[in-house]
Amino acid sequence: MSTPARVLVAGASAAGLATAEALRRKGYTGALTLLGDEEHVPYDRPPLSKQVLAGAWQPERSHLRTREVLDALDAEFLLGDAAASLDVANRTVHTESGRALAADAIVLATGVRPRTLPGQEGLTGVHVLRSLDDALALRAELLAARRLLVVGDGVLGAEIAATARGLGVEVVLAGPQAAPLAAQLGPLASGLLAELHNENGVKLRLGAGVDGLTTDAANSGRVTGARLCTGEVLEADLVVVALGAIPCTDWLEDSGLVLGNGVVCDSRCRAADGIYAAGDVARWHHEHLGSLLRLENRTNATEQALAVAANLLGADQPYTPIPYFWTDQFDAKLQIHGVLTADAEVSVVEGDPAARRFVARYARHGKAVGVLGWNMPKQARLHRRQHLGGSR
Amino acid sequence: MKITVDEDKCCGAGSCVLAAPEVFDQRDEDGVVVLLEAEPAQHLRAAVREAADVCPAAAIALSEA
Repeated sequence: MSTPARVLVAGASAAGLATAEALRRKGYTGALTLLGDEEHVPYDRPPLSKQVLAGAWQPERSHLRTREVLDALDAEFLLGDAAASLDVANRTVHTESGRALAADAIVLATGVRPRTLPGQEGLTGVHVLRSLDDALALRAELLAARRLLVVGDGVLGAEIAATARGLGVEVVLAGPQAAPLAAQLGPLASGLLAELHNENGVKLRLGAGVDGLTTDAANSGRVTGARLCTGEVLEADLVVVALGAIPCTDWLEDSGLVLGNGVVCDSRCRAADGIYAAGDVARWHHEHLGSLLRLENRTNATEQALAVAANLLGADQPYTPIPYFWTDQFDAKLQIHGVLTADAEVSVVEGDPAARRFVARYARHGKAVGVLGWNMPKQARLHRRQHLGGSR
Repeated sequence: MKITVDEDKCCGAGSCVLAAPEVFDQRDEDGVVVLLEAEPAQHLRAAVREAADVCPAAAIALSEA
């Protein structure tokens, strides 16, 4: 494909912004438009469950770039207007407000939205945490809350629990796993996380999924807690639901693109001729793993955007990253490189888990598949290179 | 080009070191970014721009002074 004269990016968060920046860095001089559903300039999500929720950062500190840097990008930002439909043949995005935006190439970077519990809508005192506004709304109630119930034992739920505990709120963390992040990290690291939460006063109510939310008998419309699938009821005056996310592809349903847990793409992150996807919403063919993959992490948003920008300009390169994410909970900084599985063979290759400073190598059938660092970020990166290889 | 880093924002990913190892390193104890060259030479600038753009915590700021 020849270099497009006009590129439209649907989505103005990390992946959308990174696509635009990478295009300019690679010398693209054509027209560039970013469409965002929120009014905010592009901001970063990882701080929302930590620094922003804790109040350590003012919201502006989560902005990804200053106004000057955004201006220098020479891109048109259309904010506060969501993509509503896509005409693939004419490469045109129609927006909620009625705009018709035509381009030679379109990048789909609309991200994900939080999964919710049945009956959650319309109840007060129940939150999700995906956007900056979500974080500020949760923080406002958290400051007055006595007991927070976190529904969900993944990364986001565990981070929210740690942050809320740091604010002095009583916290219960509920979820179906044996320990926080057990499916992602396996028994050693998730067991250490459970210990860490326990020591810091988070009450773990694990091993049972949440069935639904409860309200008071007077039907005030305010949540009073949640019911577990065992029948047990957990009381709380504030609930946050962190049960994962769903790709924002509703607006693409009539487009003719292949959808299935994301926008299905080839190994070049291409969904159709001139149409690419990047970030949380993209499910692409990872040539090294030999399967479709969709990653919801901050680094993928940037790395995939770089790959898409290169392919838009004619590189024709497959996107084959080594996945990476990090999480900060209490005093623990975890770095996870590769694809860890709960049943992997885990060996400590540096440091000591008892000292809570170590690097572990994860292997399957003797072959390294991942590296986990616990309060050893630099060492984890060095082991990643040693054990997982890759171009970086 | 002048580089400034915000240590508080740094998440220790090390993406900057991968992109521009002549300019960035990480502290051994906590992985926080270490700036080796605040005013990098011409031939390093493209790599530095990439390092700033790929930083997952937006902790690296560049000015063209």
